[in-house]
Amino acid sequence: MAEPRIWAGGAVLATLVAVALLAPWLAPHDPLAQDLLAGQLPPFWLAGADPLYPLGTDSLGRDLLSRLIYGARVALTVAVVASALAALLGTALGLVAGWFGGWADMAISRLIDIWMAFPPVLLSIVLVAVIGAGLPAVIIAIVIVDWTRFARVIRAEAIQQRGRDYITSAVTIGLGRWAILLREILPNVLPLLLVLLTLEMGVAVIVEAILSFVGLSVSSDSPTWGGLIAEGRQYIHQAWWVMVAPICCLIVVVVGLNALGDGLKNALDPVLRR
Amino acid sequence: MSALTVDDLHLAIGKTSVLRGVSLDLPAGSVHGLVGESGAGKTMVARAVLGITPRRARITAGRIAIAGQDVTAGKRPLGKGVALIPQDPISALNPVHRIGRQIGDALRLHLGLDRKATDTRVLELLDHVHIREPERVARQYPHELSGGMRQRVLIAAAFACRPPLIIADEPTTALDVTVQRQILRLIRELQREAGTAILFVTHDLGVVAKVCDQVSVMHAGRIVEQAPVETIFAAPAHAYTAALFQATPRYDRPADALRPVPANLHDDLLAEAAAYDRARR
Repeated sequence: MAEPRIWAGGAVLATLVAVALLAPWLAPHDPLAQDLLAGQLPPFWLAGADPLYPLGTDSLGRDLLSRLIYGARVALTVAVVASALAALLGTALGLVAGWFGGWADMAISRLIDIWMAFPPVLLSIVLVAVIGAGLPAVIIAIVIVDWTRFARVIRAEAIQQRGRDYITSAVTIGLGRWAILLREILPNVLPLLLVLLTLEMGVAVIVEAILSFVGLSVSSDSPTWGGLIAEGRQYIHQAWWVMVAPICCLIVVVVGLNALGDGLKNALDPVLRR
Repeated sequence: MSALTVDDLHLAIGKTSVLRGVSLDLPAGSVHGLVGESGAGKTMVARAVLGITPRRARITAGRIAIAGQDVTAGKRPLGKGVALIPQDPISALNPVHRIGRQIGDALRLHLGLDRKATDTRVLELLDHVHIREPERVARQYPHELSGGMRQRVLIAAAFACRPPLIIADEPTTALDVTVQRQILRLIRELQREAGTAILFVTHDLGVVAKVCDQVSVMHAGRIVEQAPVETIFAAPAHAYTAALFQATPRYDRPADALRPVPANLHDDLLAEAAAYDRARR
């Protein structure tokens, strides 16, 4: 295999999925159970660690490892659902704009321009503040902010496809406009869509972490990586591991997803593959 | 009844005239060659007939009728009434679909055949264009076939619904010489058999001599000479036609007998075209 990044990134994604699905069996403790006598225990390689809590505990004595494992559930849910919905919306609008052109393209392209003039993270924070906190709100906010990523690129690709001879061939055998869009053009943009989707998953994980860091994501009793970072920040001098561990998780997942996206891009693009 | 009538067709892209009064008449079952240099407007005539001109192109005067039906402003009977054999067989097949499906699309769409009947018909068509092992080829993807094979597939697709008219837009330019001959012979064979009229766009006079009944020579969006193929080869009436023959290599003439089309002839013809535009304004 010429693309080690696909394997590395794929392994990260597979691990994330496995951890999220198997959380109740993998987590050594209830992520919400407090043990006030065992507060701020360090991870296993430091002096004073308790083998019952391999990565240590936070100031309320909750097991950090279990909280990270349950946090992966939120991260994965947001990454998959928000990216898929953003892809659906963006691809539909991008294809229509690129293929039909004219007024449809004018309207959709101007909408994208206006959209991209807002700072994305700020926009999602405002959106969640308006819609109200909670997982569905976070997902909606990411979809509303990030559909343009798909729409722009897919539109450009559809315009390029429009000029291809096989599309002219499809026109001259009498296929309808929608039939050509769905049957001739869509299958040709799927590889690109897969790459965008993978990269968007990384972005969604980060945005979710930002929103939960500012306390706008899931309610505070279910652990999220962003929420852990926010908690850990308060006693960074007494228990630095509470903040560092979720940051490490974020970095590994996002780097992994980006590597997967880049690897797929190279593997699926016949020009780069040469 | 004529398979194709183009009557005094004028077409402009923006403010630039591209076609200046083109008239053609193809009786059913005839092959009409449309020759000229790059930019003469041959392909634009073909595209106007098919209704696939660029977005900014407008037909400013004249009419196009396919099998007696005026389609100048309306929908062309694409696939069933008129089909295209494209120039570049490499890029004219969708890389993500199997060969069988790409031929079958037109059959399902226009003849309303079910899946099984379509599959059978596709194999017959592939066999008809002399493709060996049609069952295997129907399951293959375009990149698995050679250029000549792909052009055969596209010819099969064009003839699939037996349209009375086919537009062949330089169907052999992208192929190497040995394959060219086979493809020309195949087109001629199927055309005779089905009684199809073909508008054959090309810049290759050798091709014209092999397959066409009538020839139109185009320059700057006008037809400068129109005649039966024997007449035009024996005694070209227009100076530009004669110059084109001079510019075509022939095995029975030394290479240094080749003459480019004289620049002043070009200038004269362009001046005529410009005068024509002024007169119409």
